[in-house]
Amino acid sequence: MNGVHDMGGMQGLGRIEPEPEGHAFHADWEGRVHAMSLASPTRSNIDAGRHQRELIPAPEYLRMSYYEKWFRSLSDRLLEQGLVTPQELASGRADAGGPTATPRLAAADVEPALNRRGAYVREIATPARFKPGDVVRTRNIHPDGHTRLPRYVRGHSGVILRMNGAHVFPDSHAHGKGEDPQPLYTVRFTAQELWGAAANPRDSVSLDLWEPYLERA
Amino acid sequence: MAHDHHDHDHDHGQEPPSDMALRVKALESLLVEKGLVDAAALDAIVDHFEHKVGPRNGARVVARAWTDPAYKARLIADATGAIAELGYAGGQGEHMVVVENTAQVHNLVVCTLCSCYPWPVLGLPPVWYKSSPYRSRAVIDPRGVIAEFGTELPADVEVRVWDSTAEIRYLVLPQRPAGTEALGEEALAALVTRDGMIGTARL
Repeated sequence: MNGVHDMGGMQGLGRIEPEPEGHAFHADWEGRVHAMSLASPTRSNIDAGRHQRELIPAPEYLRMSYYEKWFRSLSDRLLEQGLVTPQELASGRADAGGPTATPRLAAADVEPALNRRGAYVREIATPARFKPGDVVRTRNIHPDGHTRLPRYVRGHSGVILRMNGAHVFPDSHAHGKGEDPQPLYTVRFTAQELWGAAANPRDSVSLDLWEPYLERA
Repeated sequence: MAHDHHDHDHDHGQEPPSDMALRVKALESLLVEKGLVDAAALDAIVDHFEHKVGPRNGARVVARAWTDPAYKARLIADATGAIAELGYAGGQGEHMVVVENTAQVHNLVVCTLCSCYPWPVLGLPPVWYKSSPYRSRAVIDPRGVIAEFGTELPADVEVRVWDSTAEIRYLVLPQRPAGTEALGEEALAALVTRDGMIGTARL
C-alpha cells in the first residue's frame, strides 16, 4: 500500500537526532512491550505484523514512537484473535469466568528461542529468471496490500548484484495466503537513476527485491 | 523486579505520552492473569536485549575480521556462518551480509519501510534509525545524513546505500583505523562503534 511508512526519498520529516550507544530501551515500558510482543501466543508472522503497523492511520503513524506502534499492533492482534476482550483491555483485569491459559514461553526457554536460527529461504522447483549482471526494471505496481517494493524505486532500471535463493514472499505471507516463496535478488540502482542528474554519479542504492517485482529491462 | 532498574535520561526528543507506562503495565498484568504470558519470561527477554545482544557483538566480529584474513574471507563469503562462529545468531540475523568499507567505498544501511536491523550483532536499533528523518533521507541524501553525524565524505568516495527490504540484514565492515597495527583484537573491538557498523560514521 502507498502508506506513509513507505518514506524513502521523502524530505522535510525533521532532524536526525544522534544518540549514544548503550540503551536497548528508553523506558521500562518499551522493554515490556517488546517482550510481550515476542511472548504472546498470537497467531501472526513477521510480514503480517509489519502490515498491521502500516495500517495505523498516517497522522498517528507519524506521531507515535516505535514502541507505541508495537503496543498498538499487539493490542489489536490480541483483540482480533479473541485472546482478550475489549473490557479486559480497558480494565486490565480478566473477565470473571474467562479461560486461563498456560504461557507458551517459559523463562528457561527464552534464550534458546531467541538464539534459534529460523530462516526465510525455501527450495522451489522453478528456476530463477535472472542472474547477476542482468539489467532489470522494477514494475510500476501499486498494490493496496502489503508489499516490500518501495515507491521510490518503482519503474526504475537496475542491475542484479546477487541472487539470494527463494525467500518467503511478503506480499502473500502478510495476508495469510501462504509463503509463496519467490527468487530474491539484490538489485543495485545508480543514485542518478533514482534521483536525477544532481546525484553523485558514483553513488548507488541497493535493495533486496523478489522476482515478481521485476521485469527484464 | 528485574525490569525496574532503568533510570535513563529522556533526551531523545520522542517522549511517549505519560500514560504509556500505565497502559503497558495494565496489559501485562492482564496477560499474566490470563496465563497468556509468564512475567519471568518477559524479564528474560528484556535481559536478552539489554545484556546479551548489542553493538559489542558486532565489534568483536569486525575486530576478528581485521586481525584474521581467513576469517574476513569467510565473513565476506558467508556472513551468517562466520558470525555464528563467534556465537551470534538468532532472530533478525538469519541471513547476514557484510559490506566492506575501503578508501574508495563507503556503505550505509537503512530500512526505509520499517526498522530492519541485525539484532544478534548490533542489538536493538537506536531511536534515530527507526525514525522518519533517517528512514526518509538515507536513500536520497546519504552524504548529507553522514555529514550530520560528523563525517564529510570526499566526492570521489563511492557511497553504497543498502535498503533492507527483505530478511537479509546488513553489517558494515569499517576500515581498520591507521596506526592500530600494534593493537590486539580486544583493543581493536573497543574502537568499533555502532554508527561505524551502520555506516553513519567512518572510523
